[in-house]
Amino acid sequence: MGNFVANEGLSIFVILVWLGINAFLFVHFYMAFLVDRWFYTRVLLGHALSWARAPAACLNFNCMLVLLPVCRNLLSFLRGTIQCCSRTAARQLDRNLTFHKLVAYMIAFHTAVHIIAHLFNFEFFMDAQLNRNSSHLPFILSEIGSGDNASFLNPIRSNETSPTIVMFTTIAGLTGVAITLALILIITSSMEVIRRSYFEVFWYTHHLFIVFFIGLVFHGYGRIVRGQTPLSLQTNSPNVCASSFEDWGKNESGCAVPVFAGNPPGTWKWVLGPMILYVCERLVRIYRSHQKVVITKVVMHPSKTLELQMKKKGFAMEVGQYVFIQCPSVSRLEWHPFTLTSAPEEDYFSAHIRIVGDWTQALYEACGGDKPEQQEAWKLPKVAIDGPFGTASEDVFRYEVVMLVGAGIGVTPFASILKSVWYKHIQNNQDVFTKKIYFYWLCPETQAFEWFADLLQSLERQMADKDMADFLSYNIYLTRWKETEAAHFRVHHEAENDPITGLKQKTLYGKPNWDNEFSNIALKHPRSKVGVFLCGPPQLGKSLETQCLSHSEADVKFIFNKENF
Amino acid sequence: MGKIEWAMWANEQALASGLILLTGGIVGVAGQFRGWEFAAYAVAAGVFVCLLEYPRSKRAKGTSVERTGQYCFTVCVKAFGPLTRNYYVRAFLHAAICVPGGFMLATVLGCVCLGIASLIYLAAAIRGEHWEPILPRKDVRKPVAESIKNPPQNPPPRPPPEMRRKPAKELESSAYDNPIAVTDE
Repeated sequence: MGNFVANEGLSIFVILVWLGINAFLFVHFYMAFLVDRWFYTRVLLGHALSWARAPAACLNFNCMLVLLPVCRNLLSFLRGTIQCCSRTAARQLDRNLTFHKLVAYMIAFHTAVHIIAHLFNFEFFMDAQLNRNSSHLPFILSEIGSGDNASFLNPIRSNETSPTIVMFTTIAGLTGVAITLALILIITSSMEVIRRSYFEVFWYTHHLFIVFFIGLVFHGYGRIVRGQTPLSLQTNSPNVCASSFEDWGKNESGCAVPVFAGNPPGTWKWVLGPMILYVCERLVRIYRSHQKVVITKVVMHPSKTLELQMKKKGFAMEVGQYVFIQCPSVSRLEWHPFTLTSAPEEDYFSAHIRIVGDWTQALYEACGGDKPEQQEAWKLPKVAIDGPFGTASEDVFRYEVVMLVGAGIGVTPFASILKSVWYKHIQNNQDVFTKKIYFYWLCPETQAFEWFADLLQSLERQMADKDMADFLSYNIYLTRWKETEAAHFRVHHEAENDPITGLKQKTLYGKPNWDNEFSNIALKHPRSKVGVFLCGPPQLGKSLETQCLSHSEADVKFIFNKENF
Repeated sequence: MGKIEWAMWANEQALASGLILLTGGIVGVAGQFRGWEFAAYAVAAGVFVCLLEYPRSKRAKGTSVERTGQYCFTVCVKAFGPLTRNYYVRAFLHAAICVPGGFMLATVLGCVCLGIASLIYLAAAIRGEHWEPILPRKDVRKPVAESIKNPPQNPPPRPPPEMRRKPAKELESSAYDNPIAVTDE
């Protein structure tokens, strides 16, 4: 149980606190509308009033929260500050996108409840105007304020209209429709299918959140939800006067005609802060993007991988961080994330980009990928960089024993780590906390090995020179192979160097037996915390997570970290 | 991944609109609102739109992801042939279905959302997209992939680890009889 707590405890705690606050706000504001001030409003609307106001309060809270997890620069800053206090808390900030989605779902849910309740409210308000019977309290209440048009209770002022018309002629109604439409469009374009395949549609449509927030702030300006004024409560106490409504205003009844007013709009108090923070975040991104970035080298690797080596003044990075790259000549508005594959100790920074879609293909062509001869330096496109932003890999050196698992191109953050390890050890004055690295690379095709194999070869040589062959234990798994290749492997398996990679460590075939691997590591390193880092597909993540939980026994703890974009 | 297929987004939007229309209709009928007849219509229209939009189309480029259990819906929708294949028909159909929803507050939202879906479908139709059913694969795999078979259950025949670790000079003792015939096919 303890291992589960170590891995998931803080996340669950945060979610529970968030749900708790939602529940509290809902109940609190539900009850707040059951007081005397809203007595006459409830005569018209019943509990539908509370059912509309309670989710409104929750919406204020969640709309405040939804902007915060996507302020990348703020989160990176927080992560750096918290890192010194608590590694677990810093890891929590990696799950920002998950939290953003959860809050978005909650917003959608509360919007649905809010709208359904208001549908009933509009219907009841209309009923009160249509049933024009002087001995009917709702009608009398609806007639109040017809003279000065200020002290009214019922926002529907005549019986010659319809709820639909009223909705389109009030501020609350119009903004409500606009922001609900914006929300629905944002949600449908954020579905996983659309997001993974057509990032542009997702990204551009998501900017409707600007419409959403502006509409949200102005939604309450019409003060359409009205209760009795405190002054009026003194001259007309609902408990006493409700039954004698036909005698209001007459001298002998002791009950004056009630006066109603709406609450001042309160949403801005909730969302103004986060909106300002987000604006600052975008300004920081724009500022960073205008700083000059120079491409110093372009390398075309097989398996459709493009390596860009760049320099930027004042750029500082840590292992395993990622940056957003923009290429104005390809697209002015698109920023795409890529992991940095260079080590902090190098004088340039690089990213290995796999060519999979429109943008990457266009970038490849702009860098002269399709031309046979090398591109001249001044013809290389201008690029802009935002970042670097930190992810889980920064934590690698804080564990004594580390398991790195990368699938295919997911090995890129680990390229950075391994290079950094190499640099740290050749600069002898550095005492590195990490004592052992187990590295697993799962790859479907042999060509993808090439650029990484070079790196591993030089590491192998360096470690042999320094008598440190034990420090890094790496396992490369080829998960798919052709028949003809298989024959070649069988014939050459006794060779000193691996036939595919040229490395001393032999390539293994098929998928790793994680149970065995975890058990072996647990045996070799009792009484230690083992950091498990994955960059790869979710199914692999799930199976590794299960392995971490099941193998974390008395003294060995496996802590699982997943990179995600 | 490739160029944007608008129909995919139109499909998500239309499915969402169907659900919203359905919910609005249920509220209108259950609350016995004025104009509940429109709400009853919205319930029927919502169900129809959901059934029509549930099966995802096969993508022109890239892998298509099915929705859970969409196969029976695919068969039904496919049966209507060109009516469901053509996105112009769908665009106008949705535009027509959504109109009665505008007469009652509870269904107005569904009406507008479906209208937007109809516009996106129109864009898809103008770009020449059409609906293709996702059917279970019966066709032969492409020649390029023919030589790559499923990873075998057993690892390639290698001597067990103990024997592999023998030093190179003891070549004779490390030889063994391969139980499976090793031939270069």
